[in-house]
Amino acid sequence: MLTSLIVIMISMVLVNNYPLAQFLGICPFLGVSNSLDSAKGMGIAVTFVMVLATAATWPIMQLLYKFDIGYLQTIVFILIIAALVQFVEMFMKKSMPALYKSLGVFLPLITTNCAVLGVCILNITNNYNYIEALVNSFGAGLGFWFAMMIMAGVRTKLVDQSRIPESFRGVPIILITAAILSLSFMGFSGMFS
Amino acid sequence: MNLIVIAIVVVVLIGFVGACILSFASKIFAVPVDEKFPLLRAELPGANCGGCGFAGCDDYANALVEDPSIGCSKCPVGGPAVAAKLAEVLGVEAGSADKQVAVVQCNGTKEAAKTLMIYNDIKTCSAAKQLFGGMNACPFGCMGLGDCEAACEFDAIHVCDGVAVVNRDECVACGACATACPNNIIRISPAKNIVVVQCNSKAKGAEARKACTNACIGCKKCEGACKFDAIHVEDNLAFIDPEKCKNCGLCAKECPTGAINNMRVKKAAPAKPAETAAPEQVEA
Repeated sequence: MLTSLIVIMISMVLVNNYPLAQFLGICPFLGVSNSLDSAKGMGIAVTFVMVLATAATWPIMQLLYKFDIGYLQTIVFILIIAALVQFVEMFMKKSMPALYKSLGVFLPLITTNCAVLGVCILNITNNYNYIEALVNSFGAGLGFWFAMMIMAGVRTKLVDQSRIPESFRGVPIILITAAILSLSFMGFSGMFS
Repeated sequence: MNLIVIAIVVVVLIGFVGACILSFASKIFAVPVDEKFPLLRAELPGANCGGCGFAGCDDYANALVEDPSIGCSKCPVGGPAVAAKLAEVLGVEAGSADKQVAVVQCNGTKEAAKTLMIYNDIKTCSAAKQLFGGMNACPFGCMGLGDCEAACEFDAIHVCDGVAVVNRDECVACGACATACPNNIIRISPAKNIVVVQCNSKAKGAEARKACTNACIGCKKCEGACKFDAIHVEDNLAFIDPEKCKNCGLCAKECPTGAINNMRVKKAAPAKPAETAAPEQVEA
């Protein structure tokens, strides 16, 4: 049991890293990685919402299966994740103002993030039980955070400060950086058979 | 048929439960907001540029509600019009007295500052800075490649004779130039202070003098000249306390190198027409 959880965790952080190996959550990966601070905020917020969303959607999915309407998965998940993020935002504003201040900007951004929806759906398609699903989404969040930090580090050190040919400045060099990062993460792909 | 009904009922139920939870949560977790906040927020332009020194318009409106004494005139985008409206909502004076401007702490004109090399690469200060700390003999001074000029959205700072010069009328003190400058030469300070130290060199006297004839050499003559205890030399560089300074200009007269400048006198200088126009109008 424990080993399978560890395997899931490592696999989500390194082998099946969401932005770099499965290409989910690319929008914030490219958009918010311009500084280490915002990358950290986004990474924590995504991890947080992923775990919460899985905690809420997994039982709901069992309900859908019970009524034999599993095909409604996508629309119901979007509904639940959106409501959940709203609820968490209100809750944090009241009881954890400090956390709200640091995550506040990022929370609405990830309401309809494909990585969050993706992790919920993949938990179901992989037939994970509740604990495995939670660990899987936590690992996915960590992997996303990890990739964001690497990307932000590279961008602040290299992309923004070095002399890049004019035609590559801005988005092109960011895409090239992401591609090279993604290539280097392919090195992990043989870790588990 | 039955399947469709079940699907509709289940989705509607889930939606309904979610809506109920959210509406209850908005009551339970409601954070009391000052009635002035939405009014203030509506007046602000919503550019979220951070020019006021707060993290976006929401944050500035919040800060104003908590403490109106921070001043209504901080929004560089809205300018005086927005400041007046904010003041109206809060019922206070607009507080135009505390206008601030950017001050370039360097007077290393092409004539005064020595250069070490002919720099012919990317025309930005931050690029030049990476190459042996810039082309000037003085590593603290203005490189004159205009990063500040590019950063300014209000057309208020221009490179003139190798040094950045602020047009004090146009400047809204948003601080974009100060952030852009790789040598941190530009400081935001109260507009009423018209006697300024225009040097940033922390090098020892002889060294500074060798690099630039307008440099502060830390001789402390100004300290002796000042009757208000407003100017002090620290790290070989004079610094004027804006609170204590009375703009008498005695330190500027005493300064042997021209590091301290009195903007009042400077209106005679023909080299900087853009800047001289500004203080003239202020003083008149």
